[in-house]
Amino acid sequence: MKFYTRLFALGIFLLFLSNETRSQEVTALKLNELQAMMDKPSDKVKVFNFWATWCKPCIKELPHFEKLNKEHKNVEVFLVSMDFIEDLDKKVKNFVQKKQLKSKVLLLNETDQDQFINAISSKWSGAIPATLIVNTNTGQKDFYEQEFNEEELNQLIKRYIN
Amino acid sequence: MKKIQLLSLFLVLGLFINASEVEDGYKIGDYVSDFSLKNIDGKLISMSDYKDAEGFIIIFTCNTCPYSKLYEQRITELHNNYASKGFPVIAINPNDAKRQPGDSFEKMKERAKAKKFPFPYVLDETQNVATEFGATRTPHVFLLDKENDKLKVAYIGAIDNNSRNPEAVTEKYVEKAIGEIKAGKSVSKTNSKAIGCTIKWREA
Repeated sequence: MKFYTRLFALGIFLLFLSNETRSQEVTALKLNELQAMMDKPSDKVKVFNFWATWCKPCIKELPHFEKLNKEHKNVEVFLVSMDFIEDLDKKVKNFVQKKQLKSKVLLLNETDQDQFINAISSKWSGAIPATLIVNTNTGQKDFYEQEFNEEELNQLIKRYIN
Repeated sequence: MKKIQLLSLFLVLGLFINASEVEDGYKIGDYVSDFSLKNIDGKLISMSDYKDAEGFIIIFTCNTCPYSKLYEQRITELHNNYASKGFPVIAINPNDAKRQPGDSFEKMKERAKAKKFPFPYVLDETQNVATEFGATRTPHVFLLDKENDKLKVAYIGAIDNNSRNPEAVTEKYVEKAIGEIKAGKSVSKTNSKAIGCTIKWREA
């Protein structure tokens, strides 16, 4: 009996461990933390894509950003979720797990949208998908409130890679 | 040398074209043109139909966007509270049903019936009205104030400052603006931004 209990406990432990290693981390952060990430000097071109699990056109373009992150060594993609913080565990983490997203996934934990949208870019009306591209070496920082197809995104990123 | 001058001219022009794309649509203080759009009951709706209106709460919204859904009850309350005070709601669906089948005219009728919309819910099939207004997302509010029989844009943006939770709202942008207009004051906050679903424009 004791043996089975131990085996059961071990099984649970292993299950827990495997889940932990497989699942991607989603970091919830505040506006000032996100801004610090944007401004932090880096040799990589930083691409911040604003998306949400409920946004169909966002989900459609996610694979292009994943590909960009995977194929360009000097590009780092951040997928910034606009989902509500209350949906972090059930919706966002599940989605990230299901789609096996490899880019860094963040969730902006702010409710005053008027404030954070303007702080991120005066060009942003609040519609998503939207994308911010930053090259801290050249000082380039451009905001795009639009959807991208693969070709458009590949063409665009060339402007930022030295 | 000439070539360089020509090139710089193009570059400068390019900048202007880019800038104007961003600035498209009505701004605060602009006079707006009337429209004629089909309501869910099949009748055409124009702002000139409302003889007693002192203004309008024009809201670009749709059936499918989660943010639009979050605001349905609040849009209904706005209409119920302000139509009798001269500011009725007209809800406009700008989405292309080919790209978003859930936003078809038939689905609009279903949604309006299920949610008992007390306000007109019209379809902007050509997307000309959304383009003219410069709407980018759903929901997107344009508060219009009648001035010498012309309609002027008084406020553009969100309904309030908490999409998820009506209880947690601390700023009711639209209500505050109407209050200020009715008190003969100028609107203190004329623009606000909010997360929303991008309008599903027709594919060229």
